[in-house]
Amino acid sequence: MKKSKEKKTHKKRDKKYVILEVMGLLLGLVWISPFYLMLVNSFKVPREIFANVLNFPSQFNFDNYVIAFDDLNFIRSFFNSLLITLVSVGFIILFSSMAGYALARNKSRLSGIILLIFVAAMLIPFQSVMIPLTANFGRVGMLNRVGLIFMYLGFGGSLAIFLYHGAMTRVSISMDEAAIIDGANKFQIFFKIIFPLLSPISVTVAILNVIWIWNDYLLPSLVLSRRNETIPIRMFYFFGQYTRQWHLALAGLTIAIIPVIIFYFSAQKSIVEGVSEGAVK
Amino acid sequence: MRNKELSFWLFITPVILSLSLVVILPVIMGFFYSFTDWNGLGFNQFIGLSHYRRLLDDNQFRQSLWFTFRFAFVSVIILNIVGLSLALLVTSKLKSRNLLRTVFFMPNLIGGLILGFIWQFIFIRVFAALGNFTGIEGLLGWLSTPATGFWALVILTVWQQAGYIMIIYIAYLQGIPKELIESANIDGATPFQKFKFIIFPLIAPGFTVSMFLTLSSSFKIYDQNLSLTGGGPFNSTQMVAMNIVDTAFSSNQMAYGQSKAVIFFIIVATFSLSQVYYSKKREVDL
Repeated sequence: MKKSKEKKTHKKRDKKYVILEVMGLLLGLVWISPFYLMLVNSFKVPREIFANVLNFPSQFNFDNYVIAFDDLNFIRSFFNSLLITLVSVGFIILFSSMAGYALARNKSRLSGIILLIFVAAMLIPFQSVMIPLTANFGRVGMLNRVGLIFMYLGFGGSLAIFLYHGAMTRVSISMDEAAIIDGANKFQIFFKIIFPLLSPISVTVAILNVIWIWNDYLLPSLVLSRRNETIPIRMFYFFGQYTRQWHLALAGLTIAIIPVIIFYFSAQKSIVEGVSEGAVK
Repeated sequence: MRNKELSFWLFITPVILSLSLVVILPVIMGFFYSFTDWNGLGFNQFIGLSHYRRLLDDNQFRQSLWFTFRFAFVSVIILNIVGLSLALLVTSKLKSRNLLRTVFFMPNLIGGLILGFIWQFIFIRVFAALGNFTGIEGLLGWLSTPATGFWALVILTVWQQAGYIMIIYIAYLQGIPKELIESANIDGATPFQKFKFIIFPLIAPGFTVSMFLTLSSSFKIYDQNLSLTGGGPFNSTQMVAMNIVDTAFSSNQMAYGQSKAVIFFIIVATFSLSQVYYSKKREVDL
């Protein structure tokens, strides 16, 4: 008697889960449908996009991709985006971890004030500094990639220092002391002992900043000349050029998204953890 | 001791230098310039509050500000409801939970500019096709009226950022002790009761965090605005960030644009400071 009742509730629960499972999958399909629509229509000829926008293409037309790839100047804009992102993120990790370490180990009042200034700077929205910023950098001839990388260190440093400083509270000072007895100087202590211990935070900092800098549009559009454009900037002009020529525009968008998708699937776990860490702290 | 001081300064000089030149100096200069006739290169005279007085009569700025407030308000509410629902869905015992988590988070990694272009295609071409097929006229011309343009921007934002909010709520949901849920199960609590009396109070801090995160991010939106509607039709969907960029770099009114940027700064900083205040207060209360 008791057993059959248990079975019954089990069955009821199973049924509920089937419904939830189906609902979840449907929602997932809705969620990726924009990518599906982009992909299938990127292979069509214009006439077919108008005739049937939801279907698979009747034949795969790769010409769209050839034209879009050329017009996006994809190789150049890709490597330019890559260069700017990697160098900026490298500098953010290096200098912010150094600062986070120094600020955490120095218990003076000044050190506390400096940390507070960095945290407070996170409240300042980009749009409220961009006009004087670009004017200043323009005056000294720094509206170029070097200037841009320097700006990314300025904008990205605060959050990174905050995260490194927080992580330092878990690194015991006896680490430093042991190294001092062994005759190591401050730089050796930091690079040989502390920095490797901070690598989980370095991964978080790298991921947050890669996502931001790779996708950033407004700042590089104000700083870089047409010769050094990144993928988002090139995309902006490209899309304007092919307004309503959806077959080409969609092929270009697909090309631009591929590197991000590869990045996502190759490091998905760290990405989700990193984003979660950056937001909740 | 001397040596220690020196290495301290060596370690923090690079970031201090970059923060000063990139953020602090421009903020101070920008505040100063907003009271002058600065043209991007130099200025001739102080003009006091003229720019700020002009702002009061600037219909486009007022409209942008109002649009942005409405947009931020609506997006924050929908984003948090959707984000929390997704988090509850993917932390349940579903077989597809990991796959769904991957899918929901995906749009978040792609830039707002590119996503806006994809949705431009959907609102213009796909909606039109569906409208013609089903005969529902409401699906036509979504980007050509202010009201539907507003909702188009909300849909894009929710779709892009709900996965991010989901991740935040997941972090808080996973912090709930399992014993609490188990003992509630033994006491025969319904799913709704469990949500109301256990889950909701325990994820309340997550609610504060994501509410203010979404509030300031919706307020600062630019890329999505630029690529989806471009501010159109007739600047009716132009948000504050875009209004500032246009004033400064398209109409070349640098000092006037900067006065808008100062107002923008005050609004965003107020949001963020009240977040800090409320989070601290909550911690004290607990």
